[in-house]
Formats: sequence, C-alpha cells, structure tokens
Amino acid sequence: MTAGLRLSVSGVHHAYRDLTVLDDINLVAEPGEVLVLVGPSGCGKSTLLGIMGGLLQPGSGSVRCEGAVADDCLNPLTYVFQDFSLLPWRTVAGNVSLVLEDRLPRAACAQRVREVLALTGLADFAGAWPRQLSGGMRQRVGIARALAVRPACLLMDEPLSALDAQTRDLLLEEFSDMIARARTTTVYVTHNLAEAVRLGQQIVVLSRRPGRVREIVRIDRPLAGRGPADPDLLALEADLWRLIRDDAAAAERERIDAPA
Amino acid sequence: MRRLDTPVAFRGGGFAPIDRPVASVATLVAIVALWQAGASAGVIPTLFLPAPVSIAVALWHLGISGELWKHLSASLARLAVGWITGTVFGVGMGLAVGLWSALRSPGMAVVAALFPIPKIALVPLFIIWFGIGEGSKIATLAFGVFFPTVIATAGGVDNVPRSLIRMGQGFGLSTASIVRKIVLPGALPAILSGFRVTTSIAIVLLVAAEMIGAEEGIGAFVLAAGNLYDIDNLMAGIVVLSLLGLTVAWLIGLAERALLAWR
Repeated sequence: MTAGLRLSVSGVHHAYRDLTVLDDINLVAEPGEVLVLVGPSGCGKSTLLGIMGGLLQPGSGSVRCEGAVADDCLNPLTYVFQDFSLLPWRTVAGNVSLVLEDRLPRAACAQRVREVLALTGLADFAGAWPRQLSGGMRQRVGIARALAVRPACLLMDEPLSALDAQTRDLLLEEFSDMIARARTTTVYVTHNLAEAVRLGQQIVVLSRRPGRVREIVRIDRPLAGRGPADPDLLALEADLWRLIRDDAAAAERERIDAPA
Repeated sequence: MRRLDTPVAFRGGGFAPIDRPVASVATLVAIVALWQAGASAGVIPTLFLPAPVSIAVALWHLGISGELWKHLSASLARLAVGWITGTVFGVGMGLAVGLWSALRSPGMAVVAALFPIPKIALVPLFIIWFGIGEGSKIATLAFGVFFPTVIATAGGVDNVPRSLIRMGQGFGLSTASIVRKIVLPGALPAILSGFRVTTSIAIVLLVAAEMIGAEEGIGAFVLAAGNLYDIDNLMAGIVVLSLLGLTVAWLIGLAERALLAWR
C-alpha cells in the first residue's frame, strides 16, 4: 500500500438549491494521517467527503491532493461506502476485482485479489454472492475492494454505521490495525464519537447546518495503543460530546420542525 | 377495558406465492382432457371446435407431410430477425434515453407519440414502403418490439441504484466500464422482463403480418385453413402458435435463471 497524499480543503462552500450545507471549510489531512469528521446529523459530513473525493462539485472553494503515489496505485482517492455498494451480480472476488480487471493483466489481477481476500479474512468466500454474506462480511468486501486498488487516500463514509454493535466493535479494531499498518491518509466520517477517538489523529468537529469547522482536536497517540476502555480517550469522547450535544439537539429539533 | 384469555392465533401466512410447475402442466392437461371429454360426449360441437385428438391427428399429418416445417421455419426466421432487430435497437435506445439527458426528453417524446399506435395498422404502410416480401413483415415485428424494449430498458436503467454508479465513479471506472459492469447488469432484470412482453407482441404481429401478405408462415397457413373452412388444420396452426409462445417463454425463463442467478 502507498502512503503520502496530502489532502487540503480550501474555502469550500456548498448549497443544495437555497439550503447552505457547508460554509467556508478549510482543513488539511496530512500524509498518512487519519482525519475524522464528526458533527450533528445534517451538518454536511458526507457532502464534504463527496467533495473531497471528487464525487460532488463544490459551490465554491477547492480540494487539492499533493504527494507521491506508488506505481501500483490504481485509484489514489478511494471510497469505502456506508451501504457497502457491492454489486449483487458479482461474487466477492468479482467485486474485489472490479477495478483491477480493466487495468491489470489477468494473472496479476487474480494474484492481487487473492492477497486482499486473505488480508481481510475473506479467502474462503471468494465465490459467495453478496446476498449470502452478513453485514460485517459485506463491509469487509467493501474494504477489500478498496485495498485492492492500493489507494493513497481512503475516504470512509460511516463504514460501520449499518452494522450491529458487536460487528462494529470487531471491525473497528481491524480498521485500527489496518490503518496503523498501512499509514494511508484516511478521511473517516462518523457519528460515533467512540470511533472518532479510537481512529482519529485529527478530529474535525463540524457545527450544525450550515456546517463550519467548529473545532479541531488532535490526538498525538499511536493507534495501536488505543483501547475501548482507555480513560484518556473516554474523557476526550465526553469533551467532544459536550461540544456537539447542543448542536445535535438543535439539529434534531430542526428535523422535527421541518415541514414534510 | 376487556380481558383477553385466548391462544395467539397464527396470522403471518400468505402473500408468498410459490411456483409449482406440476400444477401448471396438470392444469393444461385437465383443460385438454375436459375439452376432449366434452367433444366426445357431444357437448362441444366439433364442427366449430374440433376435439383435441382431431387436432393432434391434423398436426401429425402436417408434420409427416413437411408442411408444418415449411410454415414454421418461415415464421421462426421472421420472428428471430424481427425480434432481434427490434431488441438490439430498443436496448440501445433505452440505454441512451436512460443515460444521457440530451437524448432522454427527445427519445421519450418519440416513444410516447409512436408507442400507442397499433402496429397492425402499420402493416399496409410497411408493405408500401418495403414491399410485400420479407421486409415489411420484419419491419412490423421490429417496430412492435422496439418501443416496449426502449421503455423496459430505460426503466431498468433508471432503477439501477445511484449509489452503485457513484461507487463506480469513486473507483475511477470509465463511462464505458460503468455502463458495461454496473448499468447493464443492473438493468438486466427489467430488460429480461421486457423480453417476455416483446416476444408475445412479436408473435401477435408475426401472425398479423403473415395474414396480410405471405404464402408461407403459420399466420398464412391459419388464414388459408380458415378460408377453406378446414377447422382441424386451423386449430392445429393455433396450437403451434401456442406452443411457440410456451417455448419462447421457457427459453426466456432459462435465460433468466442463467443470467440472474445472483438473485
């Protein structure tokens, strides 16, 4: 895997018709860093991730990626989606090879698929259809597909939010190990503050809509040593919650008050 | 307030119909058996509706004389060429309408304007345009198949989850790859459902076109038998058309099972 992309967002503003969702967003994910975006519902986290990955055109402002990308990287900015976005008509191996088969010789493609399936614990499921897998396994396939292209930057949009609590905890540990090993620049969107403090080296707190950067919290501790019962992380999680709580409540009230 | 003291009755059944192929065959066999019994008992006047056995005998004679194959092969050739032509252009147009804004409104306007025209009414026009030969018959079939195929394909493309297309874009797939790997497979269930409709339409139009201007073909054979009041052969032709429809539906079912195994 490659490391080394710096992703910077400058003065991004975005609106859906008259509804401003992001206002003057400036942030930088340094090479190899895990930047976590948190904030109340509707604050524009996923919109910002879409803009950072080039899937959405910002109303104004720009996103720039700079840095070295390895020769075997097939897609520098690569997404992991909340709903997994697996192709139901392709097997696990077929989903993982989706991008590879257009760009690599057949043998190299098969070799890389085998490697990635082994890395994500899916070696025995290569021929399974997505519908035959649990939610956790499907997201593993999503991760495997992302890793297969050897990304320089991973963009993860609430990758654990569709999973049950136990699966979420298990996958969170795996993500943490994987990201620590790979040192790929990662932008991770989540509602879950426990995930944010377990994975984040830079936690960007967005305000409620229109989303603005309200606070940036840095955690200068290696990912490897972070556990679920770590008192420092629990305290930080509580601090983050205090920051977000009023906005989250207001956002919830806005949603209830909004005309149907 | 009222007090409850009863066992909880099961109420979660139904709304889950199951296909039973044996029941399908048994139903058809029972209808034919009743028909034969009615004809043998004199309840059904065989002058107007011959008994199944008489139709089977007529089919046998048509088979061994080679006449059946002569007419059937002519019809099958027209059906294949007309249906494939309409389907190829229809799927292409449906994809274009489903994918590109520039073609969507103009394409759907043309479809909306021309689809409701009964295609049988166009047979005389096609005879003027393409002559009394094969051209007019194939054009009738292709034209009749084209519009429902456009609608089925465009609907299928519209129903491909947007998130999957975004996934393809997020992974840097080319437009051609997204169409080939995501849009087409995603639209395939709707396209195959459309095939069930278009093959039936094609058979109807085939018979109509053959009745208007053909010497060979099941439609021409049925018309000639009717003119001669040869009701056994007329019904034999109708049975062949029914069997043709059943065979085509079975082939599409096979294709669905093979291509949509992932469901």
